[in-house]
Amino acid sequence: MNDLLRRYGKGLTWTFISLTFFWLIILVILPDFKLLESSFRPYLPVNEIGGPKDVYSLNNYMQIFGNQVDFNFFGLHFPLAARIKVFVLTIFYSGVVTLITFVLAYPLSFYLAKVVSPKSLPTLFLLLFVPLWVSEVLRSFAWYIILTLKGPLNVFLMTIGVISEEIRWIDGYSPVVVTLVYAYVLFMLFPLYNAMQSLDSNQIEAADDLGAPWWRTHWRVILPHCKPGIASGAVMVFMLSAGSLLVPAIINSTTGNWFTQTIQGIMLEGQDWNAGAAFAFMLLLFCTIAVSVAMRVFRVSLSDIAK
Amino acid sequence: MSAGIDLDNVCCDFGKFRAVDHVNVNIQPGEFFSFLGPSGCGKTTILRMISGFTEPTEGVIRIGGKDVRGQRPNQRPTALIFQNLALFPLMPIWENIAFGLEVRGVDKAKRRARAEELLALVDLHDSADKMVSQLSGGQKQRVAIARALAVEPAVMLLDEPLSALDLKLRQHMRAELRAIQKRTGVTFIYITHDQGEALAMSDRVGVMSQGRLQQVANPRDIYNNPVNGFVASFVGENNIFTGDVQNAADGMASFASPTGTLRARLPGAAGKLYVRPEHMVLQSTPGAENSVAVTLTEVAFEGNFISVHGVTEAGKTMVAELRNDGSAAIPSAGAKMHMAFDARNAAILPDSATAGA
Repeated sequence: MNDLLRRYGKGLTWTFISLTFFWLIILVILPDFKLLESSFRPYLPVNEIGGPKDVYSLNNYMQIFGNQVDFNFFGLHFPLAARIKVFVLTIFYSGVVTLITFVLAYPLSFYLAKVVSPKSLPTLFLLLFVPLWVSEVLRSFAWYIILTLKGPLNVFLMTIGVISEEIRWIDGYSPVVVTLVYAYVLFMLFPLYNAMQSLDSNQIEAADDLGAPWWRTHWRVILPHCKPGIASGAVMVFMLSAGSLLVPAIINSTTGNWFTQTIQGIMLEGQDWNAGAAFAFMLLLFCTIAVSVAMRVFRVSLSDIAK
Repeated sequence: MSAGIDLDNVCCDFGKFRAVDHVNVNIQPGEFFSFLGPSGCGKTTILRMISGFTEPTEGVIRIGGKDVRGQRPNQRPTALIFQNLALFPLMPIWENIAFGLEVRGVDKAKRRARAEELLALVDLHDSADKMVSQLSGGQKQRVAIARALAVEPAVMLLDEPLSALDLKLRQHMRAELRAIQKRTGVTFIYITHDQGEALAMSDRVGVMSQGRLQQVANPRDIYNNPVNGFVASFVGENNIFTGDVQNAADGMASFASPTGTLRARLPGAAGKLYVRPEHMVLQSTPGAENSVAVTLTEVAFEGNFISVHGVTEAGKTMVAELRNDGSAAIPSAGAKMHMAFDARNAAILPDSATAGA
């Protein structure tokens, strides 16, 4: 604080601080509180707002239990509310996206941090960044084109003779998972690369010298060192995936509904902001719980992730 | 079990740069051998070639008589102690030490027992469950040694492992390392730029410069009978005179220098004349031979010895180190005296082994 005052003077420092607080309080915290508050109130015609029917209740939250359907989860059949089903699948497939981005990013970050010569690093990073310059909308549409029934992927696979008739790729959750992985893999890559780079290469050589095969060196030395990086990448990818609306809205099949689409339906098509807010907060709550549980299981602390 | 190591015409190139140039040496099983040289002389490259992290461009490396070219570091019977030790900070001490055994599939109880044994060997009881960050520099050092010993290597390779320690601890660890080597009988190959370390610990020392092995000998011969100017001046201090050799006979020669005509041993090729400061004596009257008139410029009292700097009429600075044994009064700066040395304690040596020599 004193440092800021000395460097920028009173006027500029207070401008910075008030702008930050304006952004944080007026643009982030207050609207969220308004939504939280309205999530407990019923959806009423305008003239009844503030009237005797406008009382706090959990009715909006209870809506998630309505409309029982049959839930088939990898062969396991049981009845479940339709929205809970979408909710569970959204969380589950966000986890799948996170896992796939990790599987892709781990070897790549190891290659970038420990194998490749520092001279070619800028070029490689540029190649990784270039897709980010293209908007997410375009990238999602690109995947839509690739995966469509008469699209390049099917044409290619049929030409080389791997398949004899087109596969319907845009079905279930796979197109969303594929596109989300593509959209967010860098959010896993960079924290992982940072963690990997901070590992003293001598430790890898030491493990090698003590007789460890490569996989054991990864398992016992490199992976544990990278844990904070993995955690921070995983939280980022998981939260972004679970909260993504654009990608599922563009590429989703009719059989793979994302929970954000449910919220959007209630809010924009149903015009019921109160119930929509309730659903949004449930998503936030459960994502936070899922992340906390995962952090407990893998024994990482919040301060590790903040690094 | 310990094994000898043969380096047979070993060269190593990094691009156009030749880091190691035709090195030949046979290291005996159970020997404590040091490679001594300035940074960039290729000693670390030799170590990395023996451990398998770098492959020689030319030549053969044999460990226990077996050609190890093409073997990965994890296949060689060597254990390397890194300059920064490279302990695993996320494992407790005992897992660090037992890592090599874990790799070999030894069960947990046995690993733990062996780790405790090794901790006792390096005088580090009750530290098994501590983390690396809880140990001091010297203790980390011992853990690194124990971790390397755990895999029962035939050869231990040490890459300046003491350089990060303070002076007192370094001297203590020297003795410790030597004792551990004697106790285990493992061949130790030690890399250092510190002549004191190399001379104090080693059975033999190989002095290196610019990728070439200059001299391999026991510490006494390295110091007393250096084969060339590089070895003489890298190991210990010297007064160096330039000049021309005259009247060489029976291994002795006269040497015409700007300081006057001096006499010294001439073991090989001609070059410069080298005399150690401790072989200089200070006299008030000129001697018969090898006596140079100087004006004392600096007298530094170092405790166990007195370092005296003098300058000749021609402007050359000479250094003498006198033992502080009370036999003579300590001279003072400004005095006009004579520095003299015995011809047997001076040697005329060529500069250094050059390419193709």
